[in-house]
Amino acid sequence: MYAQMIKSEATQDDPEKLAAFQARIDAGEKIEPKDWMPEGYRKTLIRQIGQHAHSEIVGQLPEGNWITRAPTLERKAILLAKVQDEAGHGLYLYCAAETLGVSRDEITEMLLDGRMKYSSIFNYPTLNWADIGAVGWLVDGAAIMNQVPLQRTSFGPYSRAMIRICKEESFHQRQGYDAIRQMAEGTPEQKKMAQDALNRLWYPSLMMFGPSDKDSVHSAQSMAWKIKMNTNDELRQKFVDQTVPQAEYLGLTIPDPDLKWNEERGHYDYTDPDWSEFFDVIKGNGPCNVDRLAARNKAWDDGQWVRDGLLAHARKKAAGKHAAE
Amino acid sequence: MKNEWPLWEIFIRGQHGMSHRHVGSLHAPDAEMAIKNARDVYTRRNEGVSIWVVEANHISASSPSDKGPLYEPSESKVYRHPTFFDIPEEVGAM
Ligand SMILES: [Fe+2]
Ligand SMILES: [Fe+2]
Repeated sequence: MYAQMIKSEATQDDPEKLAAFQARIDAGEKIEPKDWMPEGYRKTLIRQIGQHAHSEIVGQLPEGNWITRAPTLERKAILLAKVQDEAGHGLYLYCAAETLGVSRDEITEMLLDGRMKYSSIFNYPTLNWADIGAVGWLVDGAAIMNQVPLQRTSFGPYSRAMIRICKEESFHQRQGYDAIRQMAEGTPEQKKMAQDALNRLWYPSLMMFGPSDKDSVHSAQSMAWKIKMNTNDELRQKFVDQTVPQAEYLGLTIPDPDLKWNEERGHYDYTDPDWSEFFDVIKGNGPCNVDRLAARNKAWDDGQWVRDGLLAHARKKAAGKHAAE
Repeated sequence: MKNEWPLWEIFIRGQHGMSHRHVGSLHAPDAEMAIKNARDVYTRRNEGVSIWVVEANHISASSPSDKGPLYEPSESKVYRHPTFFDIPEEVGAM
């Protein structure tokens, strides 16, 4: 998911207040920023929403990489619109996190110096145009799996951000499927590229849902607080079940020889990703971790004079207006 | 001095004839830039025909703990609703 391995923060609050808070959540009430909330709820949400926001922003890099090299003007305009949406998603989510008492600069700096993470998926490269189709289809597809239930999350600003985001995500997945479909139905070389993209991105996409439930710590508290709506394995299974027929339609093969329909369970059986690779990427050793952080740091540093200049101009104008009154 | 751009609350009129509705917030150095950014962030799919921006620290909000004294009094004033009154059928639509 865009937020992986979010550890719920311990909470040391008045038990009576905690019980009343839990009762509000159980009754389906939304918690708003000025309402009383346990410290653990606040801290866990800052971490989770922040990581989600960072993922939207860093996620622009692998796709932005292909905007100037899109095969047609139409594909370029579509990809540009998609990447612009992701910037918007980052902004909606940063604002939701800010209502919990963290400032935009603080949360940005925590990404830039590595104290906060973003989704492991964006540490994989986009090597060619087929990857752009596969990213929209699989990565946005996996994100949607998690984001749809999060529209019902207990924290009001987070829920509202997710509702806006979900309205836009369906375009992302469809444009990706459409792009890879064109390649799968194209020349044998193009079809080979589409298959190769699926081969490389399948397991990293499965990793997006986070570790297997048996190794996933701290999710009970988050589920009670309704900031995590489903377990990792539930969502991963849903994603596999949805994606297999989509791949079949394209005539592409999921790179998992053990993938097969299980009549009894009513689900596909599939092979888990290599979790040691996942933990290694999280630790910073994926193919693109260094590049991604360097690109974000460069953008932040290069933009400093613009932020300062516009603010100085605004202050000068405000002071002038004040003097004239 | 803190050098973070101030936060602005964004209100959008979705269609002619509707009131402006709060859609979210964003950072901008001044009102003019806030409107420009709001156009990019909140109206990419024809969601608006007009934008209001208000610096967030100019908004005063009621406190959640005042919910009781503020809103409970109206709960007992059932006669404020038209359904409180029985109007004989013979009278016709009212
Ligand atoms: Fe997104
Ligand atoms: Fe997306």
